[in-house]
Amino acid sequence: MRVVGNFFKARETGILLALVLVVVVATVKNPSFLFSPDGFRDLLLTPSILLLLAVGQAIVIITRNVDLSVGSILGLTAYLTGRLFIDVPGIPIPLVFLASIAFGAALGLINGALVAFAKVPALVITLGTLYAYRGINVLWTGSDRINSSDMPKDFLALGTSSFLYIPLLTIIALIVLVIAGWFLYTQRAGRELYAIGSDPAAANLYGLKVTQRVLVAFIVSGALAGLAGVLYAARYGTVNSQAGVNLELQAVGAAVIGGVAIFGGSGTVWGAAVGAFLLVTINRALPIIGVQDFWQRAVVGVLIIGAIVLDRVLALRQARKLMEMRDDS
Amino acid sequence: MSNSTEQAAPALELTRIAKAFGAVIALTNGTLALHSGSIHALVGENGAGKSTLVKIIAGLYQRDSGDFTLEGTTVDFTSTAQSKAAGIAVIYQEPTLFPDLSVTENIFMGRQPTRALGQIDRKAMRDEALGLFTRLGVKIDPDRPTLGLSIADQQLIEIAKAISLDAKVLVMDEPTAALSGVEVERLFAVARSLRDEGRALLFISHRFDEVFALCDTVTVMRDGAYISTSPISETTVEQIVRQMVGRDVSSLFPKTEATIGEEVLVVEGLTQPGEFHDVSFSVRSGEIVALAGLVGAGRSEIARAIFGVDPYKSGTVTLGGKRVPKRNPAGAMALGLALVPEDRRKQGLVLDSSVARNATLAIRNTLTKFGLITNRAENSAARVWASRLEVKTAALDTEAGTLSGGNQQKVVLAKWLATNPTLLIVDEPTRGIDVGTKAEVHRLLSELAGQGLAIIMISSELPEVLGMADRVLVVHEGRITAEIERADATAESVMFAATHAEVAS
Amino acid sequence: MTTQAPVARTYRDYGQPLWRRLLISRASAVIGALLIVIVVSSFSVKAFAKPITMTYLFLDIAPILLIALPMTLIIITGEIDLSVASVVGLSSVTLGVLHQGGMPIEGAAVVALIVGLLCGALNGFLITIVGLPSLAVTIGTLALYRGLAVGLLGTTAVTEFTEFWTDLAKSKIGDTAIPSVVILIVVLAIVFAILLHFTPFGRGVYAIGLSPEAARFSGVRVERTKFILFLLSGVISALAGIYYTLRFGSARGDNATGLELSVIAAVLLGGVSIFGGRGNLPGVLAGALLIGTLASALRLANVTSDVINVITGTLLIASVVGTSFLAWLRTRRARPGGVPRESLASAKS
Repeated sequence: MRVVGNFFKARETGILLALVLVVVVATVKNPSFLFSPDGFRDLLLTPSILLLLAVGQAIVIITRNVDLSVGSILGLTAYLTGRLFIDVPGIPIPLVFLASIAFGAALGLINGALVAFAKVPALVITLGTLYAYRGINVLWTGSDRINSSDMPKDFLALGTSSFLYIPLLTIIALIVLVIAGWFLYTQRAGRELYAIGSDPAAANLYGLKVTQRVLVAFIVSGALAGLAGVLYAARYGTVNSQAGVNLELQAVGAAVIGGVAIFGGSGTVWGAAVGAFLLVTINRALPIIGVQDFWQRAVVGVLIIGAIVLDRVLALRQARKLMEMRDDS
Repeated sequence: MSNSTEQAAPALELTRIAKAFGAVIALTNGTLALHSGSIHALVGENGAGKSTLVKIIAGLYQRDSGDFTLEGTTVDFTSTAQSKAAGIAVIYQEPTLFPDLSVTENIFMGRQPTRALGQIDRKAMRDEALGLFTRLGVKIDPDRPTLGLSIADQQLIEIAKAISLDAKVLVMDEPTAALSGVEVERLFAVARSLRDEGRALLFISHRFDEVFALCDTVTVMRDGAYISTSPISETTVEQIVRQMVGRDVSSLFPKTEATIGEEVLVVEGLTQPGEFHDVSFSVRSGEIVALAGLVGAGRSEIARAIFGVDPYKSGTVTLGGKRVPKRNPAGAMALGLALVPEDRRKQGLVLDSSVARNATLAIRNTLTKFGLITNRAENSAARVWASRLEVKTAALDTEAGTLSGGNQQKVVLAKWLATNPTLLIVDEPTRGIDVGTKAEVHRLLSELAGQGLAIIMISSELPEVLGMADRVLVVHEGRITAEIERADATAESVMFAATHAEVAS
Repeated sequence: MTTQAPVARTYRDYGQPLWRRLLISRASAVIGALLIVIVVSSFSVKAFAKPITMTYLFLDIAPILLIALPMTLIIITGEIDLSVASVVGLSSVTLGVLHQGGMPIEGAAVVALIVGLLCGALNGFLITIVGLPSLAVTIGTLALYRGLAVGLLGTTAVTEFTEFWTDLAKSKIGDTAIPSVVILIVVLAIVFAILLHFTPFGRGVYAIGLSPEAARFSGVRVERTKFILFLLSGVISALAGIYYTLRFGSARGDNATGLELSVIAAVLLGGVSIFGGRGNLPGVLAGALLIGTLASALRLANVTSDVINVITGTLLIASVVGTSFLAWLRTRRARPGGVPRESLASAKS
């Protein structure tokens, strides 16, 4: 029954093809989109940050939850990154990475605890923490701004240097992606996340540790947002209180476009990653094909709606096909 | 309690189990002894306490008092995980599987075989799943998602799960309700091989032919208490029915004579692929027509289609000469149709809402003055109907979910009778209700028929069907296989038509 | 019992006396909190207890109060509309672009309302006819409508509006400190309160939220009801957008960004359950006023708006966790065995 297996893969390959198409069209219009050192680098670099957020979001959505606070977490950890470099001169870069990831994980833990223990819908909790974390961020930042002169050259070099033509930040993001994908596919805990999202009641009956798994999902989402914050600081060099604003919706959009069902239980981080790439690349390609970048948000909206409509149509068709297969066997 | 098997300690034994939920007493004396290598039937009317007993075995509920032992040792399960770990598997009528995940993953979720690094060994898992299915003698694709699988296949997956957990006790709660003849045979073959492996099986069913074909022992329960246990070979259907019902069948139902008038409802050629096919019948005013048949025969589906909650592909429904619109409950209601649905708690009532609101939900449009509705108007109307049906509740704003089953059913009836219908469909009117209220409901239905209401009564309880109906339409796998007048209706004739495709009338 | 004459049963209307029902309710708790905030602020915050505070309070929270009205009904049916702020922005841009192109404000406003109606219709269509989850749909339309707004105006703003209308938006009732827009709010609040609490439609809304299946079986037109609610949400959001534009005299693509959070916070704080089926309008109005008053007082006390955001976010979380906790207590009290209701003696016991 390879047919069924391929059916699942269809989504990821579909958006991969769409991505390739977009790149081709943009490159035809403007060859330097792809065929210049900067062009190729930016193609891979810019989506890397959203990729991390999308992977974390996918993990949370698979459990039938959502995390709207990741943008605010990114803002906080990006600022933390800058502050650490300023306030602790000579701080080793790996330590900064660890601190931000830990901070993000702690913020995720708050989300997870409220969702898993208080049994309040994640939508509301993370809506509240989106507000609260962003407020703390602005409060902390004040009218301040982290500038590139505040951060060590080595750190900023991370943001621009490449290894074998692939930007370092992208490599980091891809390593995370591979680990996440491997974990969700091969580990029991990973599979249980899918079970919890597919049917929470059944998951309880099976005796799965639902509370624990959901908690961890949110911690991971926060940690990845924390990592994304560090990458943000390295990539852009400037951090103000508005860093990461609206990124949470893009992260959800990337996951949804990538085939992660909003009700949980299915989808892959690979799809979410491709979704992130597709989203960012389309936005970057728009000006090249003559569409003003003011229309970016609208395009994102259309893509999200298109993705969920497509999901519904495919789900109905698949259900019908599975019913027919049942009658044949 | 007679028991002629040779084993020492029973694999599972329940003695004098009692369980109550607030004011509702579900069990007073639950007693059962399951032995290895046996298929034990548990029978009883709805409300006898079978389901509660099963849930105690499964660890979903905890008993209030009584003994529960597994192979001689007392057990106290506080969760389903514990009972599973102890070797008990329960297969419900509606299996709980993960629809998005594959068959294999469903079987092994939480305990997948692993390699180094904790990696799930998918090949080993798949092979094991295939092995399980071979042992069961069934063919299911281990890689496909469980979404869309037939209930029969889902049950087999649950059984496969149970075997892989090496369950010593398997409980099957009404497993054949949604199965076709072929699937039932397949299930029975599986059950027999499990029995031969030395496991203990508990088979709960309403279908006596299956009980007598498959099981070796039968326990009867009634009104939450143990009645008897006998080897199948030493008893008959009549004896069992008498023990289940506990009284002479005919005296139960005060059927009053009613004048039967003109045709009110005409159904012609109603068809919905997969559910029912070419259903045609008519009902006259003052008549009580019973739709009899096995659970899963398609009767509720037919009722829901007539009322408009479910769609149908072809056919017509007319009430009083006017076409009843498809897929439009409000339209059907406007013409005078009413449906008391099968699932009281999910379909009949808004459990979290008050008695008054529930009772007036269907007539809320008629209670308005200048388009506005008030609590006072609702309460007045609700009061009228609640007292007419003698609903037991202290206040009208009591949450419907806190009422007993019988009173809940009365509220649902009140709701629909308030619409002053021309035709009332009642689906399992007395399921899960205590005996006293049962009689009240029957008396009420009789009275209403006497006043000219046309009634379609869907019931799986033979005594109720035989006692109340003027005509019995028997449904088998979505088709009407027999139409039997009251005078000719017997348990045998109805059961025969319910279990066979072709019936010579 | 069946052979005797039926006993005439008497029923109380209510399980609890009126005063108890009024006092022990979410609305009164919020109103109580509101009063406390007002009293404490009047004493501790300079310049709070002045009429002009009330003026700015109402001018500021008018959009929230307006949009909270249909949002309450939507959340009671178990759905959500995250696109409201984007509709505000889109209607604002529509008003600005058309007026700048020469259309008088009256006409432009009508078109803006129609745009809002269409936005609501798209939401309603995708949710009730295609059958998609409202969370996902309105995340998408949030982006789409905002994107259209920003796309239409870019980074520019339209700031030329007929003085009559901008003055009207900021005007007050006679000599009082109450802004005229309050009249609009009061009228619409009364309409929605009647709709929700005193019409068959409103009864249907509650039924859908508590049990969509039972509602359907009772003849409630579930899809039609939800569609109408999303239409209302679109129109009211557009109306709020018109007010917003005229009050600030500026139409921008990013107007009212983030407003949906304030609206949802007000609704949930006011006692509406995110799970649907519970809540009332007085509670929501009190919730919106509480959030607005708190923000006003804090602002006057020179607390920055970020702290206010932190407080709003925390309030939102606390109110929902609190409600969840109270509900859990309720189930424990009603069922001494602590048995989850779903698994309780199912229809066939």
